[in-house]
Amino acid sequence: MKINSPYAQTMGFGIERDTDGRLILTMAYDDTKRGRPNFLHGGAIAGMLETIAYLTIAERLGDDDRPMIKPISVTVTFLRGGRDKMTYARATIERLGRRIVNIEAMAWQDDPDTPIASAQMNVMLDRG
Amino acid sequence: MFNPADQKFDPHMLITMMSKNGHNALIGVEYHAHGDDWCELKLPYNAQLASDATTGIMASGPILTMMDMVTSMSIWLRAGKFQPQATLDLRVDYLRPATPGNTIIGHGECYALTRSIAFIRGFAHDGDPDRPLAHVAGTYMFTAGA
Repeated sequence: MKINSPYAQTMGFGIERDTDGRLILTMAYDDTKRGRPNFLHGGAIAGMLETIAYLTIAERLGDDDRPMIKPISVTVTFLRGGRDKMTYARATIERLGRRIVNIEAMAWQDDPDTPIASAQMNVMLDRG
Repeated sequence: MFNPADQKFDPHMLITMMSKNGHNALIGVEYHAHGDDWCELKLPYNAQLASDATTGIMASGPILTMMDMVTSMSIWLRAGKFQPQATLDLRVDYLRPATPGNTIIGHGECYALTRSIAFIRGFAHDGDPDRPLAHVAGTYMFTAGA
């Protein structure tokens, strides 16, 4: 998954850095992200969490190591309803192995201390 | 908007209505089939939803969106009525990538229901149900009166 992937472009994802230089994925609210009235669709939130996980892994690996990054499993926990406003997501690598990466991602709107969702993800690095 | 009056829950009508706008419209989910405690949706292939323009393989996000919606439907079918609910958690196991060009079918089933919690499972395939792309399991909470 790249930030210029068709899915990421269709979703209108953007990239920012926080003050620590960490990668932040952004998504502006519009009707194409809506589930029930005035709330984000859980699938759009989950799509953000997966995408920031892939981008964070790709950045850690660097330009010289470009394996296929394949999802194995993801568990998304929905903590609060996502409202009709800007959403942010970031990911933290828990363990980067040769073949398996364990990574955690979270999404928030107003304040990173009140996340709207989190995800635990296991990813395979396939070097052919 | 859907009127949750005393009429029997009609997934075909609700999905058709819910897919006219919002995120479901963006990914293009359509009704496929349903039973007493299960529902199926279909997601026609769309290159605009690929994870990589070169391979054309569908991203996992749209599949997760469809599975969230189809498992929601299965709860309303088992309960026999529409009631507001929120996803607590959803786990997806990605067994294999979807074949580019194939329509993806999502099957969701509500296998247990309490007064406040619904338990769901489901799977997605792209033509052969015996070769699933993904398995899901999750829980929902009814939000009315919460």
